[in-house]
Amino acid sequence: MEIGQLNANHAAFLLQGAMWTVVLSAIACLGGGVLGMGVALCRVASSRFLRGASGAYVQLVQGTPPLVAMFLLYFGLPGIGFDVPALIAAGLALVVNVSAFLGEIWRGCIEAVPRPQWEAAECLALSRIQRLVKVILPQAVRIAVPPTVGFSVQVIKNTSLASVVGFVELARSGQIINNSLFQPFVVYAVIALVYFALCYPLSRWSRVLERRAGSWRRRPAGLATLAAP
Amino acid sequence: MTDKDPVVELRDVHKSFGALKVLDGVSLTVARGEVAVIIGRSGSGKSTALRCIDRLEVIDDGEIVVCGHRLTDAKLNLRALRQDVGIVFQSYNLFPHLTVAQNITLAPVSVKRVSRAEALETAQAVLRQVGLQDKADAYPEQLSGGQQQRAAIARSLAMKPKVMLFDEVTSALDPELTAEVLRVMEDLAASGMTMVVVTHEMSFARRIADQLVFMHGGRVRETGPGDILLDPQTPELRQFMSHELHAATR
Ligand SMILES: Nc1ncnc2c1ncn2[C@@H]1O[C@H](COP(=O)(O)OP(=O)(O)OP(=O)(O)O)[C@@H](O)[C@H]1O
Ligand SMILES: [Mg+2]
Repeated sequence: MEIGQLNANHAAFLLQGAMWTVVLSAIACLGGGVLGMGVALCRVASSRFLRGASGAYVQLVQGTPPLVAMFLLYFGLPGIGFDVPALIAAGLALVVNVSAFLGEIWRGCIEAVPRPQWEAAECLALSRIQRLVKVILPQAVRIAVPPTVGFSVQVIKNTSLASVVGFVELARSGQIINNSLFQPFVVYAVIALVYFALCYPLSRWSRVLERRAGSWRRRPAGLATLAAP
Repeated sequence: MTDKDPVVELRDVHKSFGALKVLDGVSLTVARGEVAVIIGRSGSGKSTALRCIDRLEVIDDGEIVVCGHRLTDAKLNLRALRQDVGIVFQSYNLFPHLTVAQNITLAPVSVKRVSRAEALETAQAVLRQVGLQDKADAYPEQLSGGQQQRAAIARSLAMKPKVMLFDEVTSALDPELTAEVLRVMEDLAASGMTMVVVTHEMSFARRIADQLVFMHGGRVRETGPGDILLDPQTPELRQFMSHELHAATR
């Protein structure tokens, strides 16, 4: 099957690019998630220093385009003697970026748990850590799932930035194919479709989760709900 | 602490929020097994007084001693205090992600290091005490307001506190549901629990009070046995009672 002059080789190349987009997204979400959890916990810590330092980190990262961070890591670090592969440079820049945004989203979710819940736990003599881990976080996680899934869609789209440091993910593989075919409309339409195919299930799931957020009796909605009408 | 020492003692307690003086020299002594009931107009400082007893508010001046813990001590062990004091609020504050049984066993298991089996046994006992033995596996959202409030009382009781504080625990409830919660509190009082109760239920207050405390403008204006309600000595209490009477018959 051919679309325009796109043939099976092009398709295989695109598919490989799509795979790298998925890998990069996974690195960004997992790494950024772990780091972002740390950021969120620091943002609500009792220590003034931790709150201040994590707040400054968030401001700094949110105030810098991830694109510039990639340039800095990919072109800047070799200048001072560290060679960084494109995947690492792009992955690291995205991890840092995602950690700041997820950290803020999750801080908001932790703070969205009503104050009396903290107080009730305190009155039962739970330590601060126990209050956080056993009472507040389980409720915050529940609140956090829909916006987190929604944000991961953002992350997938942001991985296309990695193309500027020469990493061949989906967008870059489209560019390369177009350089030989000169059919930008067809090529980029296909690229857009593949991005959509990656993102749509997630945004759909995020909306299902939002609707489900009311009750504590049901477990949070799983991927299976996608199949339901 | 000996048997004769008061369980709760407030001496000339002062507390302000910014420029607003909320407690203006409150003194109160509650002996072991005694039920003190605090009444008074909205804003008279009842909740604040109760919250000070559990050190949820820090006082500006005066002294509070609760179960031998001197609350103004620099090295007060807060968690030890909270194990001795149970408190129940108007807004139940059950943990929505846990079942009733899990709500009740959480603190005994994680704070007192009681075994899970023993904690469950205690949970069953306190649930029986509040008439909720068949609701152990329900989530809070599956319970009525009255049931949630009784579960919250059970959760506090499971920590085997030496004194229980109640802050208008029936104010959010319909009359029928109110009755079932008040009955639980009366049983608890009869069982010898030391209690400090803030309430707007006047007949309940009179019935249950060993000591009735009328607060007005951040001070204890009148105090005595429950029957002081029948024969108020101060114009403030008289006015308060006639107002409550009107509210009740309206
Ligand atoms: N954390 C706070 N910060 C500022 N002001 C407060 C705070 N808590 C209470 N107040 C104020 O202190 C006063 C006394 O409040 P308190 O809750 O003790 O009254 P109350 O007697 O319990 O009244 P109610 O019957 O309405 O519950 C009120 O004017 C209230 O607005
Ligand atoms: Mg109050």
